[in-house]
Amino acid sequence: MRKRNFYIVSDGKLRRKENTIYFENAEGKRPIPINSIYSIYALGSLTITSQALNYLAREGICVHFFNRYGYYTGSFYPRESLISGDVVVKQAEHYLDREKRLYLAKAFVEGSIMNMARVLRRNGEDDTGVISALQGLENSESVEEVMGAEATARTEYYSKFDSMLSGMKFEKRSRQPPENEVNAMISFGNSLLYSAVLTEIYHTQLHPAVSYLHEPSERRFSLSLDLAEIFKPLLVDRLVISLVNKKMVGEGDFDEDFKGVLLSEKGRKKFLKAFNERLERTVKHRTLGRNVSYQRLIRLECYKLVKHILGVEKYRPFVMWW
Amino acid sequence: MIDEMYIRGVEVNYYFVCKTKLWLFSHNVSLEKESDLVKLGKLVHKEFYRKDRKDVRIGPIAIDVVRKGNELEIQEVKKAKSMEKADLFQMLYYLFYLSNLGIPARGRITYPKSREVVNVELDEKRLRDLEEILREIDGLKRGKMPKPVRKKHCRKCAYFEFCFAG
Repeated sequence: MRKRNFYIVSDGKLRRKENTIYFENAEGKRPIPINSIYSIYALGSLTITSQALNYLAREGICVHFFNRYGYYTGSFYPRESLISGDVVVKQAEHYLDREKRLYLAKAFVEGSIMNMARVLRRNGEDDTGVISALQGLENSESVEEVMGAEATARTEYYSKFDSMLSGMKFEKRSRQPPENEVNAMISFGNSLLYSAVLTEIYHTQLHPAVSYLHEPSERRFSLSLDLAEIFKPLLVDRLVISLVNKKMVGEGDFDEDFKGVLLSEKGRKKFLKAFNERLERTVKHRTLGRNVSYQRLIRLECYKLVKHILGVEKYRPFVMWW
Repeated sequence: MIDEMYIRGVEVNYYFVCKTKLWLFSHNVSLEKESDLVKLGKLVHKEFYRKDRKDVRIGPIAIDVVRKGNELEIQEVKKAKSMEKADLFQMLYYLFYLSNLGIPARGRITYPKSREVVNVELDEKRLRDLEEILREIDGLKRGKMPKPVRKKHCRKCAYFEFCFAG
């Protein structure tokens, strides 16, 4: 059975009965076969029984929670079943060694910048501004400078958004609260992406808290933030641009109040559907010679990282080749 | 008695299948969980020889099926006959391990899907080969991860994406 992500938007209860998970609410009871669940995104007000959680844990299924504004609040990250002391020790070594950490931090930002440039070019925009940030990246001698190069590239990148978008204004990146519709979608998309990356890390021997670009002390699962940087242009920005330009979001998809602009329930459903379609979209992988989903690309990135820290093959970040 | 005795049976098997897989597996970088072929293999193991004693663990080895008659008989259940040499030496290792403990046994490799049985005996020549292989496995495990080499059977392996995604 093909496994997929489940997005629970309405309020209700998740329980286990024998070997099936059921979602129940006022409208009825819907079975979710355990073998079909890859991960669960809980966006409504969800009650879960401990039996259900135990069962999900046994099957290694992550559950990601979002509050009613669509902000990520946390994950149910089941007990690790893939543990390799060798990998964790080496992962930490690459953090502690300044040069080794810098290499990875730079690689993540390089991937991020290259993918930003790709988005710009596909939309007929000039990418020289973004590309020139690579020079600053190369000259960086500390992780702070790497972060600086990333910020420079991103400012350049965002400055092109308004000419790529028709019918909605971006102006500038704003978060907590997002000041307009485009920012609301980017924020929501980024937190979904963060969860998707975390799910992939869970299925590897990598420790999610040992990171290179972001400080491990910053947030709990900071490796997720590192890897998400590379995939934001592909999985979030391109999605937002296409939703806006195809006029697929608009009136009724957003709520505006003192907290800024956020996706409404209707808008969130639309966005989730589009986001998941994007995760499931496939591309022919050049070295594997088989089709892989965009979600799987994240896993492959984790594998590449494991190989790098084990000293087998130098890590090169994923850059869109299509 | 010999320090090779911490080696697991499946590691002897992997020695013939792929050195990279052997190294990764022995360093707990296991990727078999999501593989449908591995699930099928586990199912074959579960479904056949239901009446017998199964999964008998002795130190690092785990024998699929054990039967006690006049003499101990151990069986290894395999899904398909594609890696015969690997299967043979895995069984030879079990026999060797048991004989070191002073337990004589007879070995059988069974392929329930094709209804085939291969009887295995540990003779002098095979013992020398096995000892050499165990020494090599020990060296491999202590060394760095061998770089993946692409072969025909790689595409079916649970480590395929890990090895060749770039």
